[in-house]
Amino acid sequence: MDMEVEEYLRPPELDLPPYPPKVVTLATGGKLIIRQASREDVPILLEAVRPAMKVERDFYDIVAARVYAELLGWYRHRVRDEFCLMGQIDGLLVGVVNTRLYSRELGISLHTLATERGLRIGAHLFAAKMEYSFEYIRQEEVLITAESPIGFRRWMIEYELIEREGQHELGGATPYGLTKELYFKHKDRLVAGERPVPEELLAVAEKEILVASEEDILEKILGARRKVQ
Amino acid sequence: MRPVVVAGVGMIPFERRDEDSLMDMLATAGLNAMDDAGLGDRPVDSVYVGNMASGLFNHQVSVASALVDRLSLLPAAADRVENGPASGGSAIKNGFLAVASGFNDVVLVVGGEKMREVIGPKATDIVACMTHPEVEYIYGLTLPAMAGMFARLYMEKYGVTREHLAMVAIKNQTNGLLNPYAHIQMKITMEGILTHPQSHINSPVVADPIHLYDCCPVSDGAAAVLLTTEEIANKLKKPLVTIDGVGQATDTHTLQERSDPTDLKAVTLASEQAFKMAGIKPKDIDVAELHDAFTILEIAESEHAGFFPKGEGAKALERGETQIGGKLPINPSGGLKARGHPVGATGVAQVVELVWQLRGEAGERQVKGAANGFSLNFGGFGNNVLAFVLRRKS
Repeated sequence: MDMEVEEYLRPPELDLPPYPPKVVTLATGGKLIIRQASREDVPILLEAVRPAMKVERDFYDIVAARVYAELLGWYRHRVRDEFCLMGQIDGLLVGVVNTRLYSRELGISLHTLATERGLRIGAHLFAAKMEYSFEYIRQEEVLITAESPIGFRRWMIEYELIEREGQHELGGATPYGLTKELYFKHKDRLVAGERPVPEELLAVAEKEILVASEEDILEKILGARRKVQ
Repeated sequence: MRPVVVAGVGMIPFERRDEDSLMDMLATAGLNAMDDAGLGDRPVDSVYVGNMASGLFNHQVSVASALVDRLSLLPAAADRVENGPASGGSAIKNGFLAVASGFNDVVLVVGGEKMREVIGPKATDIVACMTHPEVEYIYGLTLPAMAGMFARLYMEKYGVTREHLAMVAIKNQTNGLLNPYAHIQMKITMEGILTHPQSHINSPVVADPIHLYDCCPVSDGAAAVLLTTEEIANKLKKPLVTIDGVGQATDTHTLQERSDPTDLKAVTLASEQAFKMAGIKPKDIDVAELHDAFTILEIAESEHAGFFPKGEGAKALERGETQIGGKLPINPSGGLKARGHPVGATGVAQVVELVWQLRGEAGERQVKGAANGFSLNFGGFGNNVLAFVLRRKS
């Protein structure tokens, strides 16, 4: 690699504070560990994202393809100031979320991808990335858009987002803003998690990021196809 | 009246079925019932379709006429039966009467609804069309809101707690894991939906004290039964299960007109009729499918149907009497809570489950030795209720 040229291609990076891991108790009683993904984690995250690109339902294909590109871009230093959080249950990766900082004050929420459904995992991960933006990076506002009806209902309606002028970085539909005030207004209702994470739970999560088989991921996204007509 | 046999049953898994039209679902369930009976080329005389709101959900009406053609059952008579969430039960009652009276020999009853074609709030609004337009609907009253008010009154009067409601949800979702046709295939815990300090985020308030996990899901699905005479059924391949008791009763349209809103009179009356007709008592029932659109309803119905004295349903639940393996297993299918509640399908699906139980075909959720079954299909908010007693004959 010609590092002289590479220096021109690599964006500069802001120093971001660490996101302390937390544990969310799910309706099943299961423990969802949400923690920060590092750039080195990206290859394994891509393994979990790749199967979802085959699913048309609920626009998983579009979301997964874009998450894949965003994570790869971050891994190979082509996206500026991106962060990624991941969710694990017993070490198994069940979702990823990412955001890019447009500036110190303004975040651009990119995507939320849950590969296990029906437990609000996507909602918990989305809430976590907003928590990171507002409570740790201390941003003033995050711009959000949605590519699926589920995303639209969950983000726009649950958080009472404010319609904004202009365009979201992802293109697509109208951008909406989650302000610091709105975030704190809804925090008790929507943002779950406890810290510190018990050592034994964190150790399992950190030991290895387990990725389900493609078949399992597809079944979890699409719903179990029972062996009856 | 002639004895009426449920000679065949069929279902499709209840879930979100984007790939199927309403007619696809009704036809598949109907074919499954006919195949189950081994009916062969014997003609079907009538088809009754239980469906609440295909015009609103799917922009399609006259679904019974379309179904007989789709199934190549022409020139069978065809009627759609609408009775809100008890449409399926009413369709079975009409099929029962057709065979019992001698008007028909072979009747196919199919119940189905495709609700996921619209978003959740729209589905709630369509279902709310069954409320009184001038004194309920215009004030924003929905079925979850009614359930919330009912639950609050029931709690105050009988000491039912949110923990009891959660116990119903946990029991039925646990049963749902044993039912391959159930929409919700997820075990939940008391910690996750009630006792953890942040459980309100997993199970937010819908209409206090009703929370998310106290409500049935919005589902697509269909179920079917083939009804016939004993004479014909004896030539078919399945063990005989008969509908021995049918009851139906109504109550005021609006809740406010009831002298005691916690008294589900129509449930009591419909159940009494069904037991009287069958010549048995609630204590003789081995398995029951009740209409738990909201968890509070399973407790209240178990009392009003006569299985437990008023105020004792929650205690029986606490003692585990309503679990599979308990004294009276209630909703081994997972009930509406886990199997799902495609409104027009529910009353039929309840009877399908009873037939599987009484034949000994219910797999892992089989209630051992079940010989007598009871189902209750709750229309409106208890303003039009159907009850059935089924018995194994052979």
